[in-house]
Amino acid sequence: MNEKAIKLLGGKRPKDKNSWITVSIVVALFAVIEIIKSTGHISNLLSGLLVPICMYITLAVSLNLVVGILGELSLGHAGFMCVGAYSSALFSLVTKDAIPMTWLRFTIAFLIGGLVAAVFGLLIGIPVLRLKGDYLAIVTLAFGEIIKNLVTILHLGVDKNGIHFSTESIAALHLEEDGTVLIKGALGITGVPKSSTFEIGFIIVMITLLVSLNLVNSAKGRAIMAIRDNRIAAESVGINITTYKLFVFSLSAFFAGLAGVLYSHNLATLTANTNNFGYNMSISILLLVVLGGVGSIRGSVIAAIILTALPELLRGLSDYRMLIYSILLIVIMLFNASPKLVALRERFSLKKMLKRKKDNKKEVRADG
Amino acid sequence: MANEKNDGSRLVPYPSGALVPERDVDKTPILETRHLGIDFGGLTAVDDFSLTIGRTEIAGLIGPNGAGKTTVFNLLTNVYQPTRGDILLDGYSTAGKTTAQVNRMGIARTFQNIRLFDKMSVIDNVKVGLNSSTKESFFACMTHLFGYHKAEKLVHEEALKLLDFMHMTDVAYDEAGSLPYGAQRRLEIIRALATKPGLLLLDEPAAGMNPSETAELMENIRKIRDTFQIAVMLIEHDMNLVMGICEGICVLNYGKVIAKGSPDEIKQNPVVIEAYLGKKSESARHRSIAYQPDEGGADDAEG
Ligand SMILES: Nc1ncnc2c1ncn2[C@@H]1O[C@H](COP(=O)(O)OP(=O)(O)OP(=O)(O)O)[C@@H](O)[C@H]1O
Ligand SMILES: [Mg+2]
Repeated sequence: MNEKAIKLLGGKRPKDKNSWITVSIVVALFAVIEIIKSTGHISNLLSGLLVPICMYITLAVSLNLVVGILGELSLGHAGFMCVGAYSSALFSLVTKDAIPMTWLRFTIAFLIGGLVAAVFGLLIGIPVLRLKGDYLAIVTLAFGEIIKNLVTILHLGVDKNGIHFSTESIAALHLEEDGTVLIKGALGITGVPKSSTFEIGFIIVMITLLVSLNLVNSAKGRAIMAIRDNRIAAESVGINITTYKLFVFSLSAFFAGLAGVLYSHNLATLTANTNNFGYNMSISILLLVVLGGVGSIRGSVIAAIILTALPELLRGLSDYRMLIYSILLIVIMLFNASPKLVALRERFSLKKMLKRKKDNKKEVRADG
Repeated sequence: MANEKNDGSRLVPYPSGALVPERDVDKTPILETRHLGIDFGGLTAVDDFSLTIGRTEIAGLIGPNGAGKTTVFNLLTNVYQPTRGDILLDGYSTAGKTTAQVNRMGIARTFQNIRLFDKMSVIDNVKVGLNSSTKESFFACMTHLFGYHKAEKLVHEEALKLLDFMHMTDVAYDEAGSLPYGAQRRLEIIRALATKPGLLLLDEPAAGMNPSETAELMENIRKIRDTFQIAVMLIEHDMNLVMGICEGICVLNYGKVIAKGSPDEIKQNPVVIEAYLGKKSESARHRSIAYQPDEGGADDAEG
């Protein structure tokens, strides 16, 4: 091999700087919050937002795997979150007394929530991923709604005869006297231990983030992005489209499931409605992905933080809150996507300016 | 028909009667198609296409626009399922395989309308080509543990070697979509080579290239064959290129094979000349056949 060429390239793989920056941002923010918390200066409002922020970051990053990295539009992300939330809540409720160690119970709850969601992702993915574009979006939307609606009518109880379930009412469970009702249809699940903390949320965010960033910078990640960029060419170099699509879809569902676990262990009562597990939620997550930049994992993280905190921080404005929120959304969207603004941004980009300076220096040196 | 060169490129028949270069005749052909055909609705795009390609042969597939050449490539790579006939790759049937499986069995290709992964860097395009041969598991990719770094290092070195082979190392980190046309075509070839094929299909590799780029391409195609000891089949309208490097040529017209043979035979074949020049002569086509410096036949036929 041409020695000069090797030298030119440093002979080494370029390190992935971008990932490190993203991870550093998240770790730094975590450290700052922890410091504020330890000095007791944290407001009630902010402390109540910490777990939801972690949840939204996890949701946005995981949806970005499907939308940005795989290039398929999914509108059913909240459905996977729902599955993770309910399965793990059920587990925690049942084992509350059997497993007294919170960390162990919660760890298992996360595994259950993630894995059940991943299995759903796989089961739904097999028939659905043959579809493309708009069709896929609509079918995933429908699946999300089906999951949410099924959960709303689900009644579940146990007694000495075993497990009973019904789609009608608690009475229809026909429980013996010693029986307990676990899922009460539209009334949901009550009594799930509130184990979610900011620290655990941070761990979940880090796992999601590291796995996603690692994946993107790997052989499989390149294959996935190749499918996105040109499916026919990807097939022609031996990439099995179905395998990769299913993998991304269920991995993304797994993380959504983890977010669901965070959610369900942060509430007194877990119920399913349009705002938490329905299409509203799916669209909100998609909004984070789009605002942060489709395919940009760091963007998803930042968008999730800002947009989750924003409505709460605007609360002082009472009635105008949602109006200002919407206007801000439009402004950010324009800033990110309008060709003229993008061009303007490029011109005044800090990175470019620094680079230009460096290049100038180099030229001077070459002249000298 | 006498061939002065004695580099084993003289076409000799297999027992089946199919012609391959002399040096390949005692080995299984890399590709054998039998009576291959496909209909699109009422249109028969390719019919009764039987061809044998030797293990290290450079073969040409030519014919006027719309003759069915690209369709043949799509059949060979199972993008289309044939309506009739069989394809044997290195003696094994590819029936029922997916395009990806056929690639892993040994056919790689480029596209007439370039299909790169535009948003990815040049070297990443090559690394995607190396994907099937890397040993990175999904788990290693997600954790960057379990041999990930070792595997990535190998992939990186191999990608660099391939880029260097076609003199593209200096643009390794450029976005593939931003390359000039000729470089994009070269990159497509490198990406196809990265899948370690036994048969490389090139669909109009010289389209849009200037003469010096074309000359370099011819050199590169020969170099690929000699270095990797693989067969190359190319579709091309540039007759200087086809006649210059192909050992066996197959001419298609209206989906049917109208002639097969060595460049010299093809150049003198009246049926071929008629297919190209007998009708309203589209200038590029016209020029290409007439341009042979040491070939008077085509010029005569024109008059
Ligand atoms: N998917 C398809 N559906 C219907 N008809 C098709 C399809 N693909 C190709 N054809 C038809 O088959 C015929 C051969 O097309 P093909 O692209 O193979 O020609 P070609 O020899 O590659 O031509 P060119 O030199 O212009 O690239 C054309 O008439 C074309 O319209
Ligand atoms: Mg064609």
